[in-house]
Amino acid sequence: MARELIKGNVAFAEAAIRAGLQAYFGYPITPQTEALEWMSHRMVELGRVFLQAESELAAINMVYGAACTGARVMTSSSSPGISLMLEGLSYIAATEVPMVLVDVMRGGPGLGNIGPAQSDYSQIVHGGGHGDYYPIVFAPASIQEVIDYTVLAFDIAEKYRSIVYILIDGSIGQMMEPAELPPMREIKTTVPDWATNGAKGRERRIHASLYMNPPDLEALNMRLLERWQTIQKEEVRYKEYFLDDAEYAVVGFGTAGRVALSAVRAARQEGIKVGLLRPISLSPYPADILEQISKQVKSILVVEMNAAQMLKDVLLYTKGRTPVEFYGRPGGIIPVQDEILSEIHRIVRNPGSIEGHPRDLWFKRVYQPTKGG
Amino acid sequence: MTIENTQVEELVYQRPKSLTRNPTTYCPGCTHGIAHRLIAEVIDEMGVREEMIGVASVGCSVFAYNFFNIDFISAPHGRAPAMATGVKRLLPDRLVWTYQGDGDLAAIGTGEIVHAASRCERITVIYVNNAVFGATGGQQAPTTLLGQKTTSFPAGRDPRTGGYPLRMAELLAMVSPESYIVRVSIHDVKHILQAGKAIRRAFEVQMQDEGFSLVEILSMCPTQWKVTPVQALQWIKERMISYYPLGEFSVPKGTPRLES
Amino acid sequence: MPAKGRIEVNEFYCKACGLCVDACPQQVIALSQNRINSKGYHPAELAEDGCTGCGICAMVCPDAAIAVYRILTAKPPA
Repeated sequence: MARELIKGNVAFAEAAIRAGLQAYFGYPITPQTEALEWMSHRMVELGRVFLQAESELAAINMVYGAACTGARVMTSSSSPGISLMLEGLSYIAATEVPMVLVDVMRGGPGLGNIGPAQSDYSQIVHGGGHGDYYPIVFAPASIQEVIDYTVLAFDIAEKYRSIVYILIDGSIGQMMEPAELPPMREIKTTVPDWATNGAKGRERRIHASLYMNPPDLEALNMRLLERWQTIQKEEVRYKEYFLDDAEYAVVGFGTAGRVALSAVRAARQEGIKVGLLRPISLSPYPADILEQISKQVKSILVVEMNAAQMLKDVLLYTKGRTPVEFYGRPGGIIPVQDEILSEIHRIVRNPGSIEGHPRDLWFKRVYQPTKGG
Repeated sequence: MTIENTQVEELVYQRPKSLTRNPTTYCPGCTHGIAHRLIAEVIDEMGVREEMIGVASVGCSVFAYNFFNIDFISAPHGRAPAMATGVKRLLPDRLVWTYQGDGDLAAIGTGEIVHAASRCERITVIYVNNAVFGATGGQQAPTTLLGQKTTSFPAGRDPRTGGYPLRMAELLAMVSPESYIVRVSIHDVKHILQAGKAIRRAFEVQMQDEGFSLVEILSMCPTQWKVTPVQALQWIKERMISYYPLGEFSVPKGTPRLES
Repeated sequence: MPAKGRIEVNEFYCKACGLCVDACPQQVIALSQNRINSKGYHPAELAEDGCTGCGICAMVCPDAAIAVYRILTAKPPA
């Protein structure tokens, strides 16, 4: 197929359609509403199910009902709308029915703004809804990755009977890049053996998540955890750049990772041996490669569009082996290449152990420079 | 010599087949049981067991999926109409219905039910109204009557603090032009029989693609009302019906109204 | 001749709510005085003669515990 200029929100919508999406239930919210509007005409013209629900709360529950019938189903939203969906997501995870969800993140907390952000890392990657469950989270950084990972998401969701998130920021949702869509896949005709689609010629089936007998609920938790261990082994994805001989490493995902790559390239031009790890699967996190890197470099710089969320996971996985620094822009702001390059310069001038929490140091350095220290 | 007349027994009523063998978890005398039995009788009569997907909700009837011999899914509190919409849109030829109490439908679930009704979603809602939150121990529900005492408003419902009770059948009839919306009671045999007819009609409306259907069943909660089951029946007759009148509030176009 | 009938109350389901006792037009149902079921309830039972097999008890039973029989007297062939 030919490459064409495609907008991010349209890319994930059309990619899902090509992957055999059978139903989309959504709600308008900036900056992802183009996806809903794309679905509203494409799904209808293909004779598939589309409905604008009355709220994100209703949308996720429509997805839940549809997922119980064994169909390929998805929804999309942005940060405040995702918060509304967390109840439903916990139920969906506990019921072990597959679905795909795209979060096009915006500035938060609260109503925030419609600027691009990475404000939902903690909410999404660490479950977010109540109880212990482990969604799979992919964070593409380009339109082509958005397409490829959306298609993959459906297969993986069904393989593990899991929720798969595509986590992008508003700028990826809005921007256009040349990319290639896959050919149209047939809608699947088989129905899984757990689907509640009318007990024709068989015993009834139930989908519920209430286990009044505590050992039964414990067993569900163990089942989810065991499946998660398999996923952790099999579904890690990341990209690495210039890390072979790196003395310093930057870690960033999505747009932050992309801008960091430009800074890393510029630094390399200046002779600085710095590389970039760009996680694509945030859950399961590429912990092994990060651990290797932490043994190799003098310092790690985490760059995010929030007030330090992935930082906590980086600190966890590097286990204090190397100093970890942080640079972030919350509020719906994309850092520019020069900001990250200055950070790299600063770390190269002053590597070595750091006193204090990297987030506090960043905050003081960037937002309270006159306060000294 | 006289020849004795032979005596033959005819079974005229037995437990409906569409109920599972599980004893229900409802209190003695709880009219959820009558509602369940009526629905199961209708499923048997119509022969639609294999085409049905039920959506259970949250409340005393949270285990409804254990009592009916059909496919069932379980919704978060209030969300059953949205889940039912998801199923029905994908499987339009199945019979999809929800079973909800007054807390589920008229408190947390008001958004979902109003919009399902306004979309004239081709689902059937069985709405059991017993004027109290049963499962959580007897707190005020949106349907609790003025003056009725509950654990969260022990002095009795006062509109200034707790609002007026919601008449959901009337409210939904206003927003749902293609629908069958009816309120029935189960406090005596005559009304039980009418309720059964209304439930059957509601499923037929879905099958014939005539619109959204909802049967509000005035019910009792002897446990939280702190009376015996027999006393509770009186309370429905004497207090609930005057605030929640029985009858059809919406019928599909071109349908004659049922005799009351 | 008045109709005759018989009911069987499945004590596995009966919760002794008393609705059938109250509803029976012939007032022939009572909660057993000397049996309890596995849940500790005194199950309902036919306590006297006079059941007409009308089925009203079964219609008010929330637990679908009652089966109703009508006894038909068939005349022998002539």
